[in-house]
Amino acid sequence: MPTEWTVRAITRAMLPVLLVLTLVELGSGLVLGSFEAQLFRYPSLLVLVPVTIGTAGNLGSVLAARLSTSFHLGTLSFSPRDDELAGNAVATVALAVTVFPVIGVGAWVATLLVSGDTSLALQKVVLVALSSGISLAVLAVVVTFSATYVAYRFGLDPDDVVIPVVTNVCDVLGVVVLFGVAQALV
Amino acid sequence: MTVRDVAVEAYKEALPALAASLVGGLVAGVVLGGMRAELRAVPGLLVLVPALLATRGNVYGSLGARIATALHQGLIEPRVTGGDERLRAAATAALANGVLTSTFAAVVAFFLLTFLGSRVAPLPILVGVAIVAGLLSGIVLTVVVVSVVFAGYRRGRNPDTIVGPVVTTTGDVFGILFLLIAVRTVLAVAGVF
Repeated sequence: MPTEWTVRAITRAMLPVLLVLTLVELGSGLVLGSFEAQLFRYPSLLVLVPVTIGTAGNLGSVLAARLSTSFHLGTLSFSPRDDELAGNAVATVALAVTVFPVIGVGAWVATLLVSGDTSLALQKVVLVALSSGISLAVLAVVVTFSATYVAYRFGLDPDDVVIPVVTNVCDVLGVVVLFGVAQALV
Repeated sequence: MTVRDVAVEAYKEALPALAASLVGGLVAGVVLGGMRAELRAVPGLLVLVPALLATRGNVYGSLGARIATALHQGLIEPRVTGGDERLRAAATAALANGVLTSTFAAVVAFFLLTFLGSRVAPLPILVGVAIVAGLLSGIVLTVVVVSVVFAGYRRGRNPDTIVGPVVTTTGDVFGILFLLIAVRTVLAVAGVF
C-alpha cells in the first residue's frame, strides 16, 4: 500500500522505523566509543570508519536488492545449491576483495596528505581494511540470505523490510568488525 | 545461468556504485580524522556518528526512492516548480524526520553514556549539534537528491539505480561535513554564554 504524500502520513510510516534503527546504530556508536583512544592515536583507523561502514552497508544493500528482484521474478529458491544464491555470494566476496585494498591505500594516503601521520604502516592499514572487508562480505551474505528468507517465510515484501534491515545491520557489523580486527592486528 | 554468470553480472553491476561511495566514504573519513579536536571537546559525539550517518542514509534514501517511484507512476513531474504540494510534503517530512531522529539519537546517547558512567558532554550541547547538523545536511541533501533524480530521469536514466549511490556518497560527505560545522557553531555559541 503506497503511503499518502502528506507530512503526517509519511512521518507515521517512517518515524517508528527510524527510531528503532537509531537505537541499533547507537549500539555500534558505543563500540566505536569504546576504542576511541586507539582511533585518536591512529588517525588512519578513524579515516577507515565511515568508508568501512558505508561499504559494508552497500555490499549488503546491493545483494538484498538483487535477491529481492530474483525473489519477485520467481528465479530464487532457498536451496544451498541455488546458482542465483551462490553466484551472488561469490560476487559479494569478490567485490570486497577488490574494493577494500583500495580503501586501505586510500585511507593511508589521505591521512598522510592531510595530517602527515604515518603512525600505522601502509601494509598494516591495507591488512586491516582487507581483513575487515572479507569478514564483512561473508557476514553480509549470511545476514542478507537470512533476512530474505525470513521475509519470504512471513510473506513480507523483501523490498520493504530486507533492504533497510540489512543496510543498518551491516553498518553496525562494519564498526564491530573494524573494532575486532583493530584489536587483533594493531 | 551458471554460478559464474550470475557472479560476473552481479559484480559488474555493483562495482561502479561501490567505487563512487568509496570516494565519498574516504572524503568523509578525512573530515572525521581532521575533527579529532572537536571529538575530544565533545565527549559522546563519536558515539553519535554512526546513528547520524545512518539517519541521513535512511531518510534521504527513502525520499529518493519515493520520488523515483512517483516519477515512474507519473505522479510528479521531473521539475522543481516549488508549487508541487506532494514534493513539498515529501521534502518537509524528510527534513522533520531527519531532525527528530537526530535529536532522539542525541538524547538517548546522553542518557546511555551517563548510565554507563562514561564521560559525556552536556545534553544541550549534544542536542544542539544534532539539530544544527540534521537541519543543514537535510537541506543540502534534499536539494541534491531531488535535482540528481530529476536530472537523471530527464536524461532517460532509471532513477531507482541513481538514488542509492547518490545518497550513500553525498550522505556520508555532507553528514560529516555539517557535523563539523555544527560542532564548531554550537561550541562557539556555548562559549559566549
